[in-house]
Amino acid sequence: MRELMLGNKAVARGLYEAGCSIISSYPGTPSTEITEEAAKYDDIYCEWAPNEKVALEVAHGASLGGRRSACAMKHVGLNVAADPLFTISYQGLNAGLIICVADDPGMHSSQNEQDSRHYALAAKIPMLEPSDSAEARLFTMKAYEISEQFNTPVFIKMCTRVSHSQSVVETGERVCPEQVPYVKDPTKVMMTANSRNAHVRVEKRTKDLAAFAETSDLNRVEMGDTSLGIITSSVSYQYAREVFGENASYLKLGMVWPMPEKLIRDFAARVDRVLVLEELDPFIENYCKQLGIPVSGKDIFPICGEFSQNLIRECMGLEIPKPLSIEDKIPPRPPVMCAGCPHRGIFYMLKKHKCMVYGDIGCYTLGAVAPLNAMDLNVCMGASCSGLHGFNKAMGEAGESNSVGVIGDSTFIHSGITGITDIAYNMSNSTVIILDNSITGMTGHQQNPTTGKNLRGEPAGKVDLEALCRAIGFDRVRVVDPYDLAAVETALTEELAAKAPSIIISRRPCVMIKGTVHKAPLKIREDKCVGCKSCMRIGCPAIAVRNGKAVIDTTLCIGCKVCTQMCKFDALESGED
Amino acid sequence: MDTKNIMIVGVGGQGTLLASKMLGCVLLNQGFDVKVSEVHGMSQRGGSVVTYVRYGDKVASPVIDKGEADLIVSFENLEAARWLEYLKPDGQIIVNTQEVDPMPVITGAAEYPSDLVEKMRAAGARVDADDFLKMAEEAGSSKAVNIALMGRLSTCFPEISDETWQAALDVCVPPKFLALNKKAFELGRNR
Repeated sequence: MRELMLGNKAVARGLYEAGCSIISSYPGTPSTEITEEAAKYDDIYCEWAPNEKVALEVAHGASLGGRRSACAMKHVGLNVAADPLFTISYQGLNAGLIICVADDPGMHSSQNEQDSRHYALAAKIPMLEPSDSAEARLFTMKAYEISEQFNTPVFIKMCTRVSHSQSVVETGERVCPEQVPYVKDPTKVMMTANSRNAHVRVEKRTKDLAAFAETSDLNRVEMGDTSLGIITSSVSYQYAREVFGENASYLKLGMVWPMPEKLIRDFAARVDRVLVLEELDPFIENYCKQLGIPVSGKDIFPICGEFSQNLIRECMGLEIPKPLSIEDKIPPRPPVMCAGCPHRGIFYMLKKHKCMVYGDIGCYTLGAVAPLNAMDLNVCMGASCSGLHGFNKAMGEAGESNSVGVIGDSTFIHSGITGITDIAYNMSNSTVIILDNSITGMTGHQQNPTTGKNLRGEPAGKVDLEALCRAIGFDRVRVVDPYDLAAVETALTEELAAKAPSIIISRRPCVMIKGTVHKAPLKIREDKCVGCKSCMRIGCPAIAVRNGKAVIDTTLCIGCKVCTQMCKFDALESGED
Repeated sequence: MDTKNIMIVGVGGQGTLLASKMLGCVLLNQGFDVKVSEVHGMSQRGGSVVTYVRYGDKVASPVIDKGEADLIVSFENLEAARWLEYLKPDGQIIVNTQEVDPMPVITGAAEYPSDLVEKMRAAGARVDADDFLKMAEEAGSSKAVNIALMGRLSTCFPEISDETWQAALDVCVPPKFLALNKKAFELGRNR
């Protein structure tokens, strides 16, 4: 069947058709839909794991159990999974294992712009890089063949523009291989002599894979005008085609590690000049330069940010279209916390008390933007807990009495537990606020171990956050409703004053979860509103002031009444009858 | 045929993704090669959102760059102006005249520019401005703004039959909202 398919969905389709039976992942833009789409096939067991390290270990375990398996993650998730990654590469498999990793050039929804191809080289794992949805499906299926032929995990490397673009895909039927029997093998224990032998095997494997790359149809040469030869991969190939069409020749690498030395040398010899077109780091370029092939690359094109056709035209000195424009300054429209977002009350109060806020990864990172401006820092999943502890050790009383970490429920499970364990174990007077909105919000509402539901929304185990924190060693654990500003303020001042480790759980489900009860939009008492704009200090998109009076956007307001608590004139009243 | 470029722009949460899904479905059924590029994640939280739809014999890049769009469908006035520089000199904009204040306007840090439609026309764009929100409400739900806009967009394709658009509606819209959305499509197409 011919259909228009999201790149991530095409990966899921490839996994399905190739007989993948087990997938364990942690959500992360732009990789999330791979697992969500795969979960729509009853033949594949799919789960959300607490983090990417766990997910990869689960998928590898499933491979050892004899089933084709996979895991998917965003680029920074691969850092979390890096520990098992390097040794799984040594230990090998029983059935095929695919690791899907999605980079985010341009950082549409990420905190850094790392280039995951370096992991292929470092962990000595082959990496395939599709440039559209049809290749995403096809390469995924081929990845299982390579995985089993060479006894290695295989990366499918996506990027935002391939993951989140739809293009035409022809689908086929599922063919599921027989389960491979598990046979006890003492050389599988990765210690001393076994590991040394495994390393030798891995080095030979990389040589074999490089030989495979020379003739594999994953890499292809498309000859056009020979005055310019372009070595490229992924979406950069599409941009190159858009700009140069038949006015150049292409070596399109579908397998970016290991690379085909002879194929590259032969291609370079057939063209007058070689250009390497790749987003982010000069990965292919450096390889070519190691071979002694004169190429241009990052001397012309930027390392930072994503490419586009105009960017390539500009860098190459070609004409770019002249855009229409008007003189007015167009105000930016940054993303904001939703109307009724339970995080708003917390961040308002943190701002009011001028706290140092060590943030984390999730929707609540939006607490950093105006008018709340209530976040000082963030780094990676879980750093709000451990980073706060280190900050307080350096700052002493001045830090302890005025600093908090804020972390969402899913992020807390992912990497916050070890951080708060450090706080409790080392008796740090630190205060961590767990923003428990009962969902993984930012990535599009995935279940997690605190929600009591699994990936498919079925009943599942549920972490008791209060009991967990107490078991770790926190005597001070309290729960507040973030819609109640007075309660938030009391909890905050008391826990910051306490000479003990403390946890505040801010509990209120995300308003975007299906089934969350919304109240009627609030009404403005125009006779009472003096236009003081106090209600606007919470940065709710449902409130504006027009002609000196507050107005409520009734399509957005869900009646949370946080703004009501800001008003000294009782001008905001319930819309309920 | 050369690749044609359509952009669908608006504010996160306005239903731009469903509109692009429907458009992609129609163009695929017409036998074109199609690419649709979306924005997920952070930008969807009430931010400015854009979807690129490209079609032709063979489409390469999944995105549209400045000065390349043949047509822009904007769900909101300010967003039309924001993405104007992506339009070709002779390109057309279909704009829903609804105004949604962005946070800098709400906080008073910036002003919502006035007379945007006239200014875009003066810049050389062909602008078809209408109150699609009103049409959607007339059809039964303010959420059908996306489909009302698709109705108007359908008039830009004389070669594509009404049946093809109706078939795409059947596929893309959940059954319980279908009647309402068909009415919104009709209002957008014929008013």
